[in-house]
Amino acid sequence: MEKVIEKAVSKISELAIGATSANGGTREKELKIGGQSAMPFLHFEGSMPNAPVVALEVWDTVPEEWPLIADEFKDIVNDPIKWAQKGKEWGADLISLRLESCHPDNKNNSAAYAADLVKKVLAATKLPLIVIGCGHPEKDQEILPAVAEAAKGEKILLGMATKDNYKTIVAAALASGHSIIAESPLDINLAKQLNILVSDMSMPLERIAMHHTTGGLGYGFEYCYSIMERCRLAGLAGDKIMATPIINMIADETWKTKEAKTPQDEQPNWGDLHKRAINWEIACAAGYLQSGADILVLAHPESIKQVKQTIGKLK
Amino acid sequence: MLVIGEKINGMFKSVREGIQTKNKKIIQDIARKQLEAGADVLDVNVGPASAEPLKDMAWLIETIREVTKAPLAIDTTKPDVMDRGLTIAGENSFLNSTTGEEEKLNALLPIAKKHNAKIIALTIDKAGIPNHAEGRLEIAANIIAKAMEHEIDTSNLYIDAVILPVNVAQQHSAAVLETIKQTKLLCDPAPKTILGLSNVSQGTNVRTLVDRTFLVMALASGLDSAIINPLDKDLMDAMITAELLLGKNIYCDSFLNAYRKK
Repeated sequence: MEKVIEKAVSKISELAIGATSANGGTREKELKIGGQSAMPFLHFEGSMPNAPVVALEVWDTVPEEWPLIADEFKDIVNDPIKWAQKGKEWGADLISLRLESCHPDNKNNSAAYAADLVKKVLAATKLPLIVIGCGHPEKDQEILPAVAEAAKGEKILLGMATKDNYKTIVAAALASGHSIIAESPLDINLAKQLNILVSDMSMPLERIAMHHTTGGLGYGFEYCYSIMERCRLAGLAGDKIMATPIINMIADETWKTKEAKTPQDEQPNWGDLHKRAINWEIACAAGYLQSGADILVLAHPESIKQVKQTIGKLK
Repeated sequence: MLVIGEKINGMFKSVREGIQTKNKKIIQDIARKQLEAGADVLDVNVGPASAEPLKDMAWLIETIREVTKAPLAIDTTKPDVMDRGLTIAGENSFLNSTTGEEEKLNALLPIAKKHNAKIIALTIDKAGIPNHAEGRLEIAANIIAKAMEHEIDTSNLYIDAVILPVNVAQQHSAAVLETIKQTKLLCDPAPKTILGLSNVSQGTNVRTLVDRTFLVMALASGLDSAIINPLDKDLMDAMITAELLLGKNIYCDSFLNAYRKK
């Protein structure tokens, strides 16, 4: 039987995260994502020069909604520096620091605090860095410019820029040489529009990653998968605006689900909570890998190990 | 849609003057403007007034090549000018054009094959342009058969169903649209379809309106490419919008801007 080969007319853009000393930073390596000319792992249709990477999710406050992690990581969840340092030991390619404590409903920590913490994390680990704000559109406009300035020269990936606050955040990223995550609410048309708005500010498309606010496994997973897949197919078919790499915040979406929280004595049929919760994170990551994920942000060391192994076998 | 910009043609006064006075800037400006406006390919025609088409064609192409590597469509009826033009123009060029007449095909297809050029072929034969789709399709089928004989990949064929001015040949518009639809069924891989669009509005009072309306209708019939004036912004906007409505591009509020960023 004849093989049906799809040939892409264009490539996904290649985004670099992290500056080494040769490039004015202090990271141990520069990570590249994107650059594919085929759907994930279809090596017979095109090339995949950069395998997807795994980031360790680190919070600057105890993630109360993640009881299992909070318990299991009790020695590190109170200390973002120690937590970030686990990235290397656990085999993560980079760190994703979430400034949750800055949220007005949390500790409402200041921009100065955020800048200081980012500097400390940069000193404590040499892995490339992603910094995510607190998710409050107005507050992120205060803290992320301070973060960008504090990390100047390190080529971090800064997020999330949304339609409501992208101007301030993109301007800050541009001023300090960082890349940006453009976040839209699981809507391919809005994702494209935001990428255009961001690139209209002279941010090169090669410095934009998309976050589609994809859910965890069991929470609209098929729809998320299909949005990512359509996006990637368009990017390969010549739509440069849609050809930016994709990030999935899998840890954040997994550890708050009831599947990762409900003990076995409450749901005997669901099996052991610990095993189930980790598998929930791994399964979600494995799915998104197939639909075009370039950065998978994970929390558990076992998930990181398993997902890295999966990528290793497929790449 | 593949956009072939029509403005570098000796029929236009400024281009004619540019050729006569060897003023590179005139030509290079037109090339740049068309590419900025969304042209994928530039048509190059020395015009009927050229006394030395071989030399003029070479000068035009070399002049354009100083500012862009964009593919060129070498627009001439003369085989020697075509051969020289395709040689200088390089990869991804178009031969523009042959008709379905046997002697033309025999003269031009080997040149296209030699340069691996794409071929624009008009559905015209010795008897002229057929009135109906059936006649046009018959000529298209003959062109395809001839191309196959010359071992040319049929997906490199661009069949032009030849639109005539609506003010003198009104019944042809529907025939052309029908031909565009059915050309795709003639072989596998299917040939591409193309139109020299501006002919449709020759002599009318509202040329740009006629052009963009017909282009949208042709796109809905499956048109792959057209030789047009990319500097006509309304025409380009209509094309971009039609392609959006046909699902060729993902919608976003700034869809015109998005297309132009590609």
